[in-house]
Amino acid sequence: MTILCAGINHHNAPIEVREKFAIGSNDLQESLAQLRTIDGLFGAVIVSTCNRVEFYAASVCPMRVMDGMRRFIDKRAGVTEAPFYTHDSHLSIRHLFRVASGLDSMVIGETEILRQIKQAYSAAFEFGATNVHLNKLFQNAFRVAKQVRSETQITRGSTSVGSVAVDLAGKIFGDLSGRKVMLLGAGDTSERVARSLVSRGVRTVIVANRTFDRAAALADEIGGLAVHFDHWHTAFDEVDILICSTAAPHPIVTREKLEAIMQSHQERPLFIIDLAVPRDVHPSVNDLENVYLYDIDSLEQIARQSIEVRQGEVTRCEKMIDRHVRDFLHWMRNHPGAIR
Amino acid sequence: MEAYLLASATFCLLSSFGHTLFKLGSGRVQPGIFNLVMMILAFGLLSTDLWMRGEVQRSCPINSLFDVLVFMSWSTILIYFVVGSAYRLSLLGAFTSPLVLGILLFAQITPINKDAHMRLFRDHWIELHAAVSIISYGAFALAGVAGLMYLLQNRQLKKRKGGTLLYNLPPITDLGIANARLIWLGLILLSVSFAAGFASGMQVNTLKFWTSAGIWAAYALMVLLRGIHTMAPKRTAILSVGVFIFILLTLPVIQHLSNPK
Repeated sequence: MTILCAGINHHNAPIEVREKFAIGSNDLQESLAQLRTIDGLFGAVIVSTCNRVEFYAASVCPMRVMDGMRRFIDKRAGVTEAPFYTHDSHLSIRHLFRVASGLDSMVIGETEILRQIKQAYSAAFEFGATNVHLNKLFQNAFRVAKQVRSETQITRGSTSVGSVAVDLAGKIFGDLSGRKVMLLGAGDTSERVARSLVSRGVRTVIVANRTFDRAAALADEIGGLAVHFDHWHTAFDEVDILICSTAAPHPIVTREKLEAIMQSHQERPLFIIDLAVPRDVHPSVNDLENVYLYDIDSLEQIARQSIEVRQGEVTRCEKMIDRHVRDFLHWMRNHPGAIR
Repeated sequence: MEAYLLASATFCLLSSFGHTLFKLGSGRVQPGIFNLVMMILAFGLLSTDLWMRGEVQRSCPINSLFDVLVFMSWSTILIYFVVGSAYRLSLLGAFTSPLVLGILLFAQITPINKDAHMRLFRDHWIELHAAVSIISYGAFALAGVAGLMYLLQNRQLKKRKGGTLLYNLPPITDLGIANARLIWLGLILLSVSFAAGFASGMQVNTLKFWTSAGIWAAYALMVLLRGIHTMAPKRTAILSVGVFIFILLTLPVIQHLSNPK
């Protein structure tokens, strides 16, 4: 028995090409049924995400099945030369383990792909499209991905400004439910960060913008409150997280102004995310006790650092994966006849 | 036998600390099962040692500086188990093991008398006073550990550089809360101990009295000022570390003054 893989992903094809091959949940059952008609194919799983479309198959006659898969792909996209990569047994197993572990993702170590592969496998299993070898392969892939994530730092930290800010909020407050956020300026990035914080349980969002209508519209969208920009400090009581992104040419949050406000803040920390350039918050504010100020550079630096840490872990992950590939090949050799 | 038990407990704590250092060096500081198992083993070994010493001494085994240091190590791990499960603070165990290891090593390496002392007379109030006060030191030790972790996390957050410790230490708010509650717990236990001491009607050396009263007052002040929001968590953390160091430094003197002449 051989495991085969044919696919297209963000490494070898732009989105304009990938979208032609995408298989939605509505087409999945039919596509699997078509694949199962290929002579010599004993099982198939289709993984279709925004970054990849991959077909995994179990077969005893790889050449014939690979040709059949090519014909299926070409027919589906209406092109004769689809830019598909193909792997046979050893490489296809290794490829799936790498994909499941997030090593082949656009952002190394991202975890969403594992959920997507689990969904793809469950769908194929429910439609009766898998066989013993594919079942074992995918179960192993999930186990490998879990081990890689728990025993290395491949998922360490966050890799975007927004997620770094949300992570830091967690490191300051722990549980974010019930926390209060104020947006000073309603830029796109600050809006995204605010939305992420709301999804993590933040209770109230106050929006202060020079254009009140924009503040009101955004507040309406995310279920917050709008205040006039000139009165932001009056609504500052109990604010835990301040996100600044105004176009002001000079700092609008100064140490003197904040010192007075922090008197009534008791012992609660204040997390300030300054996304504006020029900066909205004077750097000396970070010297205040219980105040943690992060500007766009520091957030980007932490994101870069996380990417470097993750890249540094790739070799360790690959070694771990190679060990599991050997184990799986050993299992395959001992179970050559288990077809279904 | 007791010496072997203590050496084994020390080895467990050393393994736990070494494991943490290795993980720190490789950038993967995760609160793992290994640290917990080592702490449980150390606790079991110390409990057995204390029980055996208690059988010999026919009283709570806190009749010499050596006894007190072993009992304090035991009570620190005890409080860690109680608090660790309540707050689920990651790395609290990793930070606790070197502290307990240090106390145990000090007890075993320094040339202090390690023989079991029989108490000349037994008074339940005095025994309660001594035992509870050492358990309260265990709570203050953990408060110091939580305070140190708070200061490290505060430094990481202020530096704005990310890093392994930032991601592995618990949220700073949780550390501040744990620090304050451990001080509360220690203060309650110390107050109970003082009440037992007064109930016994024992004669107290002036220096011992004022040192103990000073320690009680320092923690009471921290609790009071935190309660009325006049003292920031960072200052409480610094003070909790500082006062616990003071406790460690004055412990030999206090123990010496407590021995019946």
